Amino acid sequence: MTPVPAHLLAPQGPARSLVARLDPRTRVLAAALFAVVAVAAQGIMAQLAALGVAAGLCLLARLPMRTVLRRLLALEVFMALVLVTLPFTVPGQTLFTLGGLTASAEGMERALSVAAIASAVMLAVQALLASMETVALGHALARLGVPARLATLMLFTLRYVEVLHQEYGRLRLAMRARAFRPRTGWHTWRAYGWLVGMLLVNSVERSERIHAAMRLRGFRGHYPILDLGRAGGLDWGFGAVHTASLALVLAVGMM
Amino acid sequence: MTQELFRLEDLGFAHDPARPVLAGLEFSLSAGERVAVLGDNGAGKTTLLHLMVGLLRPQAGRVLAFGAERRREADFHDVRARAGLLFQDPDDQLFCPTVAEDVAFGPLNLGAGRAEAQDAVAEALEQVGLPGFGERVTHKLSGGEKRLVTLAAVLAMRPEVLLLDEPSNALDRAARERLIDILAGLPQAMVIVSHDDDLVERLATRRVVLRGGRIEE
Repeated sequence: MTPVPAHLLAPQGPARSLVARLDPRTRVLAAALFAVVAVAAQGIMAQLAALGVAAGLCLLARLPMRTVLRRLLALEVFMALVLVTLPFTVPGQTLFTLGGLTASAEGMERALSVAAIASAVMLAVQALLASMETVALGHALARLGVPARLATLMLFTLRYVEVLHQEYGRLRLAMRARAFRPRTGWHTWRAYGWLVGMLLVNSVERSERIHAAMRLRGFRGHYPILDLGRAGGLDWGFGAVHTASLALVLAVGMM
Repeated sequence: MTQELFRLEDLGFAHDPARPVLAGLEFSLSAGERVAVLGDNGAGKTTLLHLMVGLLRPQAGRVLAFGAERRREADFHDVRARAGLLFQDPDDQLFCPTVAEDVAFGPLNLGAGRAEAQDAVAEALEQVGLPGFGERVTHKLSGGEKRLVTLAAVLAMRPEVLLLDEPSNALDRAARERLIDILAGLPQAMVIVSHDDDLVERLATRRVVLRGGRIEE
């Protein structure tokens, strides 16, 4: 007899790390608490402490270091504009001047704290949530009292992002099979325009067929919720240590 | 007289009123029958299957399934559990990360508990000759395996009727043979839409042709 794979019933993570053994609800609550504390933390020292806690969570989740760093880098590049302009736009004590623009110490600090908070939350979410099966996440949210409609909406969003991505892959393949190479020029721009248009049309049709297939198998607007076990000693222990370290982060900010 | 499972009366359907797909269609399916529906591309064969399980609603006529007329979405809920539709493209049907989750989706929707769903998964995978495939990742399966997994997903709901939309489409010879052998061993009544002469030859107990929006015997 074929056993139902473990992650139908439990969250997944690399090699059953400590984080992977936690109840999904514990992970969701821990991530939410972390985000609130990271944003509320006063001063750069407290924010760096939060970053430290987040890094610790990543270690506990045994995330592959390369992936973590690559995602972190993507975030920093995304925020680069803010980080570079802040020192020059926030008024305050002059730190240095660059071609007639003055960078303020306050602006510099602001930029640093934005980077620290964003990186900390990003790392914590990666450690606690990103390593979890989406279905487990949906179930955890539903069992925490999030309306079933919202949990289902979230699951669908994740599912259809994947559909869009697959459809994009298929179309790109079809383009490459006919020797398309992106250049600068009308041909390329028009081809990309068609790609986006076709992507939307195909994805809508495909999602309609998937929805039909789901209805055929008795889907009536929400995923069946399995009994996913309950929080044990490990969860309480983790919760206590997590809360204590976050309290410490807040305490650092008040010093 | 044998038990009648489906009866379609004077069915009419059109995506575009100027060009009706089906008009005045009559069809019935009884227990134990395996009916092959033949017809040209675009004759409305897939439309017919979708009308039977309420994915589409007819603009004219009546759909009777398992002894009752079906009109609204709610009427079709139990029809879909009792008549399993196998999609033409397995990729449209598989949407869970692993085989076991996908096969368990139907039984769980029908209210099965965890243990029951687990049993249904094991039994269905056994039936299609893929025991132990539960942990496999669906998008990494071969075309033939995907087809058999989608069949298992339908069988896990323990339907009384199978509606097969070009089941042997895009399968290689070995996978096709295997599918035909499995289908030949199943007790369910079937409606088989197919262009595969060999498959029709070996499975069908009756053949009808869909032409000009009607069924011709």
